[in-house]
Amino acid sequence: MVSKQPVNQELLALNGDEAVALAVKQSNVDVVAAYPITPQTIIVEKFSEYVANGEVTTEYICTESEHSAISASIAASLTGARTFTASASAGLALMHEILFVASGSRAPIVMAVANRALSAPINIHGDHSDSMAQRDSGWIHIYVETAQEAYDSILQAFKIAEDLDVSLPIIVGLDGFAISHTLENVNVLPDEAVAQFVDERVLPMVVTHEGKTVPFKLDPDSPMTMGPNVSPAFYFEFKRQQDEAMKNALQKIQDVNAKYAELSGRSYGNGLIDTYQLEDAEIAVVVIGSTAGTLKVMIDELRSEGIKAGLLRLRTFRPFPVEQLQNALKHLKVLAVMDKSMSFGGFGGPLFNEVRTTLFDLKQHPIVVNYLFGIGGRDSNPHNLRKIFENMQQIAKTGQVDTVVHYLNLRE
Amino acid sequence: MTTSTPISQDEWKFTAKDAALRPDLFFSGHRACAGCGPATVLRLIMKATRGPTIVTQATGCMEIVSSIYPYTSWGLPWLHTAFENVAANASGIEAAVKAMQKRGKIKQEHIDVIALAGDGGTYDIGFQALSGALERGHDFLFILYDNEGYMNTGIQRSGATPTGASTTTTPAGTVQPGKLEKKKPLTDIVLAHDIEYVATATPYYWKDLMIKVRKGLEIKGPAFLHIFAPCPRGWRTEPAKTMEYSKLSVDTCIFPLWEVVNGKRALSTPSKIFQLSPQKAKPITDYFEGQGRFRHLFKPENKQLLDQLQEATNKQWQKLLKQCETP
Repeated sequence: MVSKQPVNQELLALNGDEAVALAVKQSNVDVVAAYPITPQTIIVEKFSEYVANGEVTTEYICTESEHSAISASIAASLTGARTFTASASAGLALMHEILFVASGSRAPIVMAVANRALSAPINIHGDHSDSMAQRDSGWIHIYVETAQEAYDSILQAFKIAEDLDVSLPIIVGLDGFAISHTLENVNVLPDEAVAQFVDERVLPMVVTHEGKTVPFKLDPDSPMTMGPNVSPAFYFEFKRQQDEAMKNALQKIQDVNAKYAELSGRSYGNGLIDTYQLEDAEIAVVVIGSTAGTLKVMIDELRSEGIKAGLLRLRTFRPFPVEQLQNALKHLKVLAVMDKSMSFGGFGGPLFNEVRTTLFDLKQHPIVVNYLFGIGGRDSNPHNLRKIFENMQQIAKTGQVDTVVHYLNLRE
Repeated sequence: MTTSTPISQDEWKFTAKDAALRPDLFFSGHRACAGCGPATVLRLIMKATRGPTIVTQATGCMEIVSSIYPYTSWGLPWLHTAFENVAANASGIEAAVKAMQKRGKIKQEHIDVIALAGDGGTYDIGFQALSGALERGHDFLFILYDNEGYMNTGIQRSGATPTGASTTTTPAGTVQPGKLEKKKPLTDIVLAHDIEYVATATPYYWKDLMIKVRKGLEIKGPAFLHIFAPCPRGWRTEPAKTMEYSKLSVDTCIFPLWEVVNGKRALSTPSKIFQLSPQKAKPITDYFEGQGRFRHLFKPENKQLLDQLQEATNKQWQKLLKQCETP
């Protein structure tokens, strides 16, 4: 529930990338380091315009690769700067090694990823292969459904990443083209309201080797050795702390979602999961990203036919909201988990595996099947999506599962 | 476009006494090998810094030995992230300092940024990031300590390894006499970026090295310093002879000392002597002798290669002399 009256907002026609760039502009970012790649390009182009027109005082580094973009971002962040970058697909894959350095160094960088398929064969269209391949890199992963949510989530991302109990980098994923390039009506907060919400970055305090308590940054006044060589005697403790910080993010994401709702009048479920017609549903799907919009239309249609269908959109993939998923899904008869990325030779997609494992410990749990869909931008229209529900109805009726892992809308 | 501040030689007071009295910002207690050339180089570099400085370093021997948690050898803020990206790290630091200065979040009027890397992190895996940072014109000094191989991982060949050197990936065998390829002309490639200061140095000529560090820092925009640093483990030399090999590298014209300021190249004093009196230059065999990595070159069947290497060194030297005449 929203208690306060939200602030007056301006309605603009923006695509997802433009909405991201605007949110970055309003967040008073010190350093942006990025390299262009479709479908993220509009973000860096738009931000370059802000720089060229003096609308921001941000230092913008046009790096020679994504690898250098993320490397420069880490160094800037550890020098105390609020830092943003953006990428997609091959670019994100090129960053892979350094993503672990960012999280391990506790650099709260915000990165927008306009999700796109990975090569080969080369394909510029939207799926989740790129960011799913970074699942274990120690970044918080939030996926949005609309351009509006992309805007809102970037603002929230700085609050979450820079929180002193979190201090972790965050990826905000928006579906390539479906969100990145699609024009929407987006409600935009006034600059002052954003400045107040996002606020200035506050640095964690640490004790140096000289015994002084100082802000955690590269500062000639308080020399600090960052990125040391750590032996087996200490390494595991570092990693455990990182895991703990990720768990802290679970609460922080919900808090920020609630606080943002007070300001803007908009919230996305509890920040972790966003449900639709799920409470009394018998069959439901779990999905990530923009496909949730089409599925909601589909569910309305099914409901009008008396079919108790529901939806859970997973907004936060890392940290993985285990309890929230268990509570939301335990009553279902059949659940279909939709994966927009593949794990070749594995048992279904990554989301399927994690959701199914999460439900395993429940005394009674739904039958769970997997749908691989939208790979390389393959269309998922209502006609195709309806087949998922028809299959679930069949399973609910017979209790029989013929196929666990399905390929939706594929020529076989 | 970068602009340079005038450099006055008169300000330098790097006498042995002054250098000794300057604080050590690269502390003892690191785990470098006995006779390590790069460790001496780092100590000299850090003594030559001029004020608030942030150092970032690529993965390599010197990064590993100086930052063994929970200890450190660094009296300056120091950042290591990976092997191939130190120039990008320097870019990020420089941009962050600039941004936060504009916004009043940093009180220091100026902060020097130094990027350190070995030859692997410069010639090979770090090459792209270096070129990008030079092209973007960040205000930083990139210092390469060149020990001519991947010594940290066990003496493998790099783009800096010279022809004929035996490494663990170019071992001197029955059909191949060590590395067959030439050393990459890295400083020439750096120079082609049209940056304002590029120089070479080696620790035997410690004063020359320290002055060049200071000059590199004083330049606004990117500057590059190539420091030749013998590695007793990798070169299979006696630890006590590191400085001897450092000197011999210059005396044989294998590693001439020079600098380029605003596009004009000039030999530094230790090398200038061989321009004035060519007969004083020593044969390369004086330098090769005692280095285990070149031992096989003294076998009769490799005599021709040895002669070729001397010829190539002469040619390189003549080319350099011409470059010093006509920029």
